[in-house]
Amino acid sequence: MRMPLSAAIGLFMTALFFAAAILAPLIAPYGMAEIVGQVWEPMSRDHWLGTDNIGRDLLTRMIYGGRTTIFVATAATLLSFSLGSFLGFTAAVAGGWVDQVLSRFVDLMMSIPSLIFALVVLSVMPVTLPVLIAVMGLLDATRVFRLSRAVAVDITVMDYVEAARLRGEGRGWIIFREILPNALSPLVAEMGLRFIFMVLFISTLSFLGLGVQPPLADWGAIVKENREGIVYGIPAALVPAVAIAALAISVNLVADWILNRTASLKGGRGD
Amino acid sequence: MTAVHPVVRLLAQRIALGLVLLWAASVLIFVGTEILPGDVAQSILGQAATPQALANLRADMGLDRPPLERYLSWLGGAVRGDLGTALSNGQDIARAMGQRLSNTLFLAFWAAVVAVPLAILLGLVAVRYRGRWPDRLISGVTLATISIPEFLLGYIVIFFLAVEFRLFPSVATIHSGMSLADRLNVIVLPALVLVLTVLGHMMRMTRAAILNVMQSAYIETAELKGLPPFAVIARHAFPNAIAPVVNVVMINLAYLVVGVVVVEVVFVFPGMGQYLVDHVSKRDVPVVQACGLVFATVYIGLNLLADVIAILANPRLRHPK
Repeated sequence: MRMPLSAAIGLFMTALFFAAAILAPLIAPYGMAEIVGQVWEPMSRDHWLGTDNIGRDLLTRMIYGGRTTIFVATAATLLSFSLGSFLGFTAAVAGGWVDQVLSRFVDLMMSIPSLIFALVVLSVMPVTLPVLIAVMGLLDATRVFRLSRAVAVDITVMDYVEAARLRGEGRGWIIFREILPNALSPLVAEMGLRFIFMVLFISTLSFLGLGVQPPLADWGAIVKENREGIVYGIPAALVPAVAIAALAISVNLVADWILNRTASLKGGRGD
Repeated sequence: MTAVHPVVRLLAQRIALGLVLLWAASVLIFVGTEILPGDVAQSILGQAATPQALANLRADMGLDRPPLERYLSWLGGAVRGDLGTALSNGQDIARAMGQRLSNTLFLAFWAAVVAVPLAILLGLVAVRYRGRWPDRLISGVTLATISIPEFLLGYIVIFFLAVEFRLFPSVATIHSGMSLADRLNVIVLPALVLVLTVLGHMMRMTRAAILNVMQSAYIETAELKGLPPFAVIARHAFPNAIAPVVNVVMINLAYLVVGVVVVEVVFVFPGMGQYLVDHVSKRDVPVVQACGLVFATVYIGLNLLADVIAILANPRLRHPK
């Protein structure tokens, strides 16, 4: 099946962001916390995006910031997906009280807005990267749980699952060998959206000063550091907006394509 | 006695469920702050605290009492409107919160007044011109507003409207001595950001809800009898989409309450969100618990209201056989 142009662009841009994140120390022109010029210098040949509030190279900060943001968002997405889909499948396969307990607990977790819940928890926890990833991943696992349970409930009534049950396969086999392969496509598309949500979530927390701590850079913290410049007409704090929006739209384009592909598969046109 | 009307029974069930959910949320908030591995006293004083200082603070906060007892006295106080005192300055939380809560509701109210009709109107227009340029334009712009976090939208708006063109103030100071016109002028920018953040979701979900109804046979009938397209949508599709649209609106109003937290920090607006964020960084647990409880109450309340309106708007439930 051919890839539409929009998805190809999205995939290319997403790959570019990830490559920049992984190769940050190689491609960044200066050191992450190195002070290389005056405060808020305009764009120039030495500093492509200018300098920040204490004279660090903004392009370097953006590259390292993307590294932190993308790393945290990826780790939290992986955590929320493995946990959420495993529990969701378990609830669908086991049914009965296991399903009831898990589903009602998730309803409860979702009755409090995740940002508020994260703030409540972060008021007593030390704000470190593992804690942030765990809090974000756990809160988001509730949404993955709902989706994967809904998808798996449709699959568990299929004949091949029944056949596996009659063969005497265990619950683990049914979850990983029968349901997971068939539920993968909608989950992967959702994964893109959850990843974007995580990027926005960690940026928001960092902006509020409750996420990534200095001197480590991340896109939300760059906004926070340069916000005073706005009133003097210095747009340094707006640079992360472009990066976040570009990443969000790229990933969305890819996710849309995957979703459309699975929709046409269901239509029975074959591939 | 005649049998209870099914709508009344359904409503009673839903409201009871809402109360149970609210109670469970209070447990969750309490557990989240008190029984986690990070001891509250330890995290306030830091690693270098002496054991004596820790013991004093624990006794001060009542941390030496068993958790269940502390929970019950906290909940009992909250129900009576006593939210305790702040650790950082010893002020009564309920009193400090009153003015801020009304500021936040003022901001959220005006944002909703603009956003809700606008989102529904844009949704209707998008359905009317489905697949053509107005639809694509609206979808594209709303996708962009969804993809940018609130705080960045806030600074973009400040940069262009407050600094470049000096149309509105960039800092939203508000106090009770100001006239309504002054207060409205001050909240134009924060309200604009809130409108932009919820508009996209609300418009997209409205569009989806109406498109869903558009598949029905009676819509085809209306089209075939020659009604103009907008009349079909306004007279036949929209009334049947009211329940899902109300649901969409309520979900987004609940979302507005969360968006307020970030927007208030951007515009230095003295509301609940600013209050919560300030005290999270000060690790002032009683204030954080109280704010969490208030936010959860508003959020659960709006979702409950959405369900109640959906039940009342469903004609099949209004006229029992």
